[in-house]
Amino acid sequence: MTRDPEGAPLLHAPRKYKMATVSLAGCFGCHMSFLDIDERLLQLLEVVEFDRSPLTDIKTLGRCDIGLIEGGLCNAENVHVLREFRAQCKTLVAVGACAINGGLPAQRNQLDVGKILRDVYCTQTGISANSQIPNDPELPLPLNQVHPIHEVVHVDYFLPGCPPSADAIWAFFNDLIAGRTPHLGHGLMHYD
Amino acid sequence: MSFALETAPHPENLRRVAIDPVSRVEGHGKVTLLLDEHNHVQQARLHIVEFRGFEKFIEGRPYWEVPVMVQRLCGICPVSHHLAASKAFDRVIGAIPVPASALAVRRLMHYGQMLQSHALHFFHLSSPDLLFGFDSEVARRNIVGVAQAHPEIARKGIFLRKFGQEVIRITAGKRVHGTGAVPGGVNKLVTAEERDSLKRELPHMMSWAQDAVDMAKQLHAQNPVLYKRFGSFRSNLLSLVRPDGAMDFYDGVLRARDADGKILFDGVSDQHYLERIEEEVRSWSYMKFPHLRSLGREQGWYRVGPLARVQNCDFIPTPRAESERQAFVAWGRGELVHASLAYHWARMIEMLHAVEVIAELLDDPVLLSGDLVSTGARQRSGVGVIEAPRGTLIHDYDVGDDDLVTRCNLIVSTTHNNQAMNEAVRAVARDYLDGHKLTEGLLNHIEVAIRAYDPCLSCATHALGQMPLDIALVGPDGTLIDRVFRSQGEFVHDVRGAGGSGA
Repeated sequence: MTRDPEGAPLLHAPRKYKMATVSLAGCFGCHMSFLDIDERLLQLLEVVEFDRSPLTDIKTLGRCDIGLIEGGLCNAENVHVLREFRAQCKTLVAVGACAINGGLPAQRNQLDVGKILRDVYCTQTGISANSQIPNDPELPLPLNQVHPIHEVVHVDYFLPGCPPSADAIWAFFNDLIAGRTPHLGHGLMHYD
Repeated sequence: MSFALETAPHPENLRRVAIDPVSRVEGHGKVTLLLDEHNHVQQARLHIVEFRGFEKFIEGRPYWEVPVMVQRLCGICPVSHHLAASKAFDRVIGAIPVPASALAVRRLMHYGQMLQSHALHFFHLSSPDLLFGFDSEVARRNIVGVAQAHPEIARKGIFLRKFGQEVIRITAGKRVHGTGAVPGGVNKLVTAEERDSLKRELPHMMSWAQDAVDMAKQLHAQNPVLYKRFGSFRSNLLSLVRPDGAMDFYDGVLRARDADGKILFDGVSDQHYLERIEEEVRSWSYMKFPHLRSLGREQGWYRVGPLARVQNCDFIPTPRAESERQAFVAWGRGELVHASLAYHWARMIEMLHAVEVIAELLDDPVLLSGDLVSTGARQRSGVGVIEAPRGTLIHDYDVGDDDLVTRCNLIVSTTHNNQAMNEAVRAVARDYLDGHKLTEGLLNHIEVAIRAYDPCLSCATHALGQMPLDIALVGPDGTLIDRVFRSQGEFVHDVRGAGGSGA
């Protein structure tokens, strides 16, 4: 395998890959860590074409080789989007703590969602008098608890970390794109 | 009672058009338009579809855990939440002031954050609209298109962001969700090697940040009518300023101006924010609508972020950015600039200022040695306010004698701009879309207006197609995990089974 002087393997792709990314109930930190591959992004763009992603204006998901899911499931729309990604992406990857086990948003699982909504929108410090919980049909229904994505669809790979480091994401892409089974060695496999 | 175009008087026979999700913003939202048979816009709303409940599940946690927890509110500006919470808990443990060396490390971290976030927003997210045109081809309208057409601009953006992220890594331990600040100070200082590695990059960063200001300025000069009129409306402004009126992102007093530039209040301690700001809830968005109590909901809403900060301060305390601020003020010809697109120019002035402040801090020996934390008389509550990349960020906590948080109130930067972003959407809907057949390019005009505010709506969701009124969450093996439906405005959960009574 070819490696550059700094030890990072170079991308080797037999063809151009289509990739879609989405953040469900996450914080966007995994997308930021993805962009932390810095100038290697330009190298990636030579072998990867983006489909639906927060980085593009493509709003409807097409057939893709790789789908990256950041975040868990906290409401009804998350579930729809996740199922769409599973149906359209050959390889589906759970990226980061929230997609893998619900992450910090799942701290609300011990609480009653109705009570949280009442507290935040009706009785919180500094709120106007007589405020009501938002209830417009345009707003997605919150789920009772936050769920990891593997509880709803089959997931091909799990990339742990909060967020996974840019080097871990880069190593993963290299293996996947070259057709190898992805393997995170010592130092890249972490959960913090 | 209501704002123009917020609520259609008779929504029943109108056609709904949605922009869903709003893309190339950090986080998620959607826009809905209601149009009559002649394509006249009757209603336009930016919905924030997120609900996380952070304020509630932080209650009951030990206070020293919170600066690390709250970073997960947002992966784009985790440092802002990290530091706002740390500042609030400085008060709780009586660490006022924190040691000079800890303050320098925190300031370095924060200005690094300002640099990376502004670079990301301008180059990676917004530059395609500004370089190619608002209705340019959708396939090209992204950072990939910029990298192909203007490789030098894309490279500068990537390296400016990288430098800011490296400043964060060195001060916080990690680029995203670090752990550098603790209540009372920091847990590490900067080594001489780390400082030198950053100093080596400075000359490039200074010149590229200056190039970015020049680019924003040129865009205004080349198309003054568009840049003055697009999504323009009058509003009040709010930000922290240093007590002497200088721009400061880390600390200061609250100052507000009205749309003519007259000062509404000044020198207000951040500890007293609640006396000035009230939040309103509207049924159609999970994001609240704040306003100044003194002016009420219709007159009291305001803008925060770069456009507010550059015009709210009396001066910027670094030479290059101050000279650019003066050029910006001159563009307004004696009046406040209220154009949404001017956010981009103001943001790049702030990015240049951030590089200058980083350069000053790296020359300060206090960064390398000194005390890490201080302490004092324990208090029951604390407020931490900071100027995050997107505007004023407020963290407010009560802590019990057992060190557990008993109350938490957060007003995040983007929330302050909620009414303003809705006004921008409506201004563009009125000026560009009304009466026209809607095209993808026209709809992108709405997103261009939202993007100018650099909203951070993280941890939200996207919708594809129609909203269901009843949903079952079923695992791969067919077991029912959760079921939720809407009944007379109430959320009802039922996990007993899809065949249950339903109500």
